[in-house]
Amino acid sequence: MTVKVITVGEDILGANEEKARANRKRLDTHGVLTINIMSSPGAGKTSLILRTINQMKEKVKIAVIEGDVASSVDAEKVSEMGIPVVQINTEGGCHLDANMVESALNSLPLEDTELLLIENVGNLICPNEFALGEHRRVMISSLPEGDDKPLKYPAMFADSDAVLLNKIDLQPYLDYDVNAFKKLVTGLNPDVIILSVSCKTGEGMEAWFSWLESEVKNKKDR
Amino acid sequence: MPITRHCSIIKVVTKMHEYSITESILSMALEKAAEAKASKITRINLVIGKLSGVVSECVQFYFDFLSKDTIASSAGLSFESTPTKLRCRNCEAVFSPVNHDWSCPHCHEIGIEIVSGRECYMESIEVE
Repeated sequence: MTVKVITVGEDILGANEEKARANRKRLDTHGVLTINIMSSPGAGKTSLILRTINQMKEKVKIAVIEGDVASSVDAEKVSEMGIPVVQINTEGGCHLDANMVESALNSLPLEDTELLLIENVGNLICPNEFALGEHRRVMISSLPEGDDKPLKYPAMFADSDAVLLNKIDLQPYLDYDVNAFKKLVTGLNPDVIILSVSCKTGEGMEAWFSWLESEVKNKKDR
Repeated sequence: MPITRHCSIIKVVTKMHEYSITESILSMALEKAAEAKASKITRINLVIGKLSGVVSECVQFYFDFLSKDTIASSAGLSFESTPTKLRCRNCEAVFSPVNHDWSCPHCHEIGIEIVSGRECYMESIEVE
């Protein structure tokens, strides 16, 4: 038998990319600005989402997709605020992918949504490699994690549109060099927006809300 | 105003990162082999960058399991690992970082572009 070499030259995650493009097209049709929120576990993704809903729900029609390995505690909190939410349980999986998001979109009132917040599974590695169809990537890094995280997880910092430095209220208690952190992040990603915030005290949150509102507005005007 | 509640739960069984990547590798290889009307896949050549976060041993482990009963069951996986290469935004020197030190070894500035290391693609397959 002769061996034949077939040149492929294709991205292994090409199928996911294709599905993500289809999701984005569908979201564009309905004018839904979609944000993929990524961080390590416990950095404050759910707190950010709840604060954002609280602040913006009278002005902007919001929907949420919650990605978690197990449980629906986060989705229940969102639902209590009267916001349409789909919980995806990955049952051990470490990231959301475009296919899961497609199923979730089928259960959301897209025609009546302006802003879709997707909470990815808490993890700083895998979620970055799987596009979901989002328009913007927002990463949360929190003070207790340490200021060296951009060195250890460079890809996620390099690909984010905005980085929120959360739990800034803890600064007096921790040896955390905010300027060193910002320098590392800007080094990887010169166009990134870095906002120091506290989802607990509300410090710095106005800048986040106004960034988000202007993104929603830009999406509508387009 | 009454609060309308809308909450659905979707359960998806996935495994770790490498599992979904291996599934993609297998289906891509099988598709290309079918297009070429091949009866057997003997080798799959992959290019995986150091920064891609893909552990090749894991891919091999899942591949052995997933490829059973397919024409790829005896295929060997070959991994070409591409090193991390960074370009300094200040002096434009290209370097490979040592011990996660991403500052430029020439001008000591912090600020880089990733030149290579994030690859994750199938270069070719060998078939009979």
